[in-house]
Amino acid sequence: MSEIFVIVEHRLGETRDITFEMLWKAGELAQKLSQTVTAIILGHDVSSLAENISDRADKIIIFDDQRLKNFNADIQKEIIYGLIEESKPALTLIGNTSWGMEFAPCLSVKTGLPLATDCIDIIPKDDTFIAQRQMFNGKIFANVSFAKSEGCLLTIRAGVFPKDKIGDRKAEIIQKDFPAIDIPVKKSFIEFVETAAGDVDITQAELLISVGRGIGEEENISLIKEFAEALGGVVSCSRPIVDKNWLPKYLQVGTSGKSVSPKVYIAVGISGAFQHMAGTSGAGVIIAVNKDPKAPIFRTADYGIVDDLLKIVPVLKDKVLEVKKG
Amino acid sequence: MDIVVCVKRVPLTEEVDLVIDEQKKGIKQDQLAFVLNDWDNYAIEEAIILKEKYGGEVVAVTVGCEDDEEVLRRSLAMGADRAIRVEANDISRFDSSGISKILARIVKDLPHDLVFTGVLADDDNGGVVGMMMAEELKLNHACMVTAIEIEDGKARTTSELEGGLGEVSLVDLPALITIQTGINEPRYVSILGIRKAAKKELKIINLADLGLSDDELSPKTIVEEVYLPPETEGAQMLTGDPDTIASNFIEILTKKGVME
Repeated sequence: MSEIFVIVEHRLGETRDITFEMLWKAGELAQKLSQTVTAIILGHDVSSLAENISDRADKIIIFDDQRLKNFNADIQKEIIYGLIEESKPALTLIGNTSWGMEFAPCLSVKTGLPLATDCIDIIPKDDTFIAQRQMFNGKIFANVSFAKSEGCLLTIRAGVFPKDKIGDRKAEIIQKDFPAIDIPVKKSFIEFVETAAGDVDITQAELLISVGRGIGEEENISLIKEFAEALGGVVSCSRPIVDKNWLPKYLQVGTSGKSVSPKVYIAVGISGAFQHMAGTSGAGVIIAVNKDPKAPIFRTADYGIVDDLLKIVPVLKDKVLEVKKG
Repeated sequence: MDIVVCVKRVPLTEEVDLVIDEQKKGIKQDQLAFVLNDWDNYAIEEAIILKEKYGGEVVAVTVGCEDDEEVLRRSLAMGADRAIRVEANDISRFDSSGISKILARIVKDLPHDLVFTGVLADDDNGGVVGMMMAEELKLNHACMVTAIEIEDGKARTTSELEGGLGEVSLVDLPALITIQTGINEPRYVSILGIRKAAKKELKIINLADLGLSDDELSPKTIVEEVYLPPETEGAQMLTGDPDTIASNFIEILTKKGVME
């Protein structure tokens, strides 16, 4: 009987959603393959985190130590490496988060195990697995296999699996002592900072007019502002607009920005990368305007307009003004 | 402050119809335009900003064929001092683990206080080469960095976490840092600038001379098949002349209660 490891991600005392999503997938695979689910928690004062998931794993291994208070990829790598050497799990699941992206490649080199990142599904095949992932920003899907090895590492995209409990498990809790590993402190945590504070709170808006890379030039942003004003909505944007400094970070929707839940979300010139769409899952209706009929956004939007935004947005704006006046 | 920046040439795929190749292992590339990977553009700029402040040398490195030199010349035009290309045709036979070993072997012999890579490459979206190199080279590291300050031989970095949260860390040098987009405003490069930069050193190193065995470079992950995204129901398209589209648009807004 083999194990599936799930590395629990938590921050500021809260279990992050990706943990529940990974446990769901691990549970599903474990049922299918008669395997067991082992959740691994590293941290300090983390007993409540174990309670949260005690019915979703067969075993919970806890390292509770002052030295694990803040995330440190190197310490985490050394500890998980020890566990993998000991138990040889068939699969180790890690969140494809900022922390996971730092830690997983290091663990792959250290253990010599293959790593597939940002996976959106895991398909058992013979005695190994196929990882499904995307390339070219979601325009292409790929099935990836692993060279023969004693297990494999996968990082899992947030939001692709349910957060629900699957099956009926009761975890045996195993407390472990901080192992004798030699890690000189080469990186120290200083603080968390809020990078997206601002005057406008897009999370409260009922109508968002969101602009993306398709706007082309900075001066065209005014078109979106006028459109939003005509509609009585609030302007938001996707990452490239913030990267270019055309709009402030606090207006950014997406994984690294904010999650919004307007009644209507109008996406103008946004291609629909998953990092952006992850922030729009609470939207009632999404209307996308894009000149590329193959843009991924049309896969998730409710309504679509295929046109050059510089042409169609002024028409939409004038019509809105006309209706409001009349 | 000596800095090595690893860069990659990638196809531009936005607003382009991608076609799967006959072997179903990749996409047809002959009709595509190629550019410097967006993240790497920011990485080069960040290296040059630090060099302008603290002195030292910036070296741009890539693995690939002669066409890939285009992104090295661009890096030189932006202000890198010299460039290295590891000669390797068809880099698709390597996975990220192989590429990171090749790059690590090059970086090892170069003076480096900092090593930069982009967070991701726009083609395979893997996001692992940087951190694999850090582990290969036993370098300190920070990931997805949106700000760097140098203080007393350390780098104060801000890593981008989810939900608008940043994590500030102090990292001892030498360190490997993966650079996130938006960290700076990459400078404009003119054709003349690229021509002028042709005088700078661009060294070619043969992969075979690096002493890496086939076994070390053999891929651990194998792309079995690529395919277009499965069909979904997708959006209901508003069609017709602009006026009809606008009327339908307003009807939706009214129904959803956001038009008075």
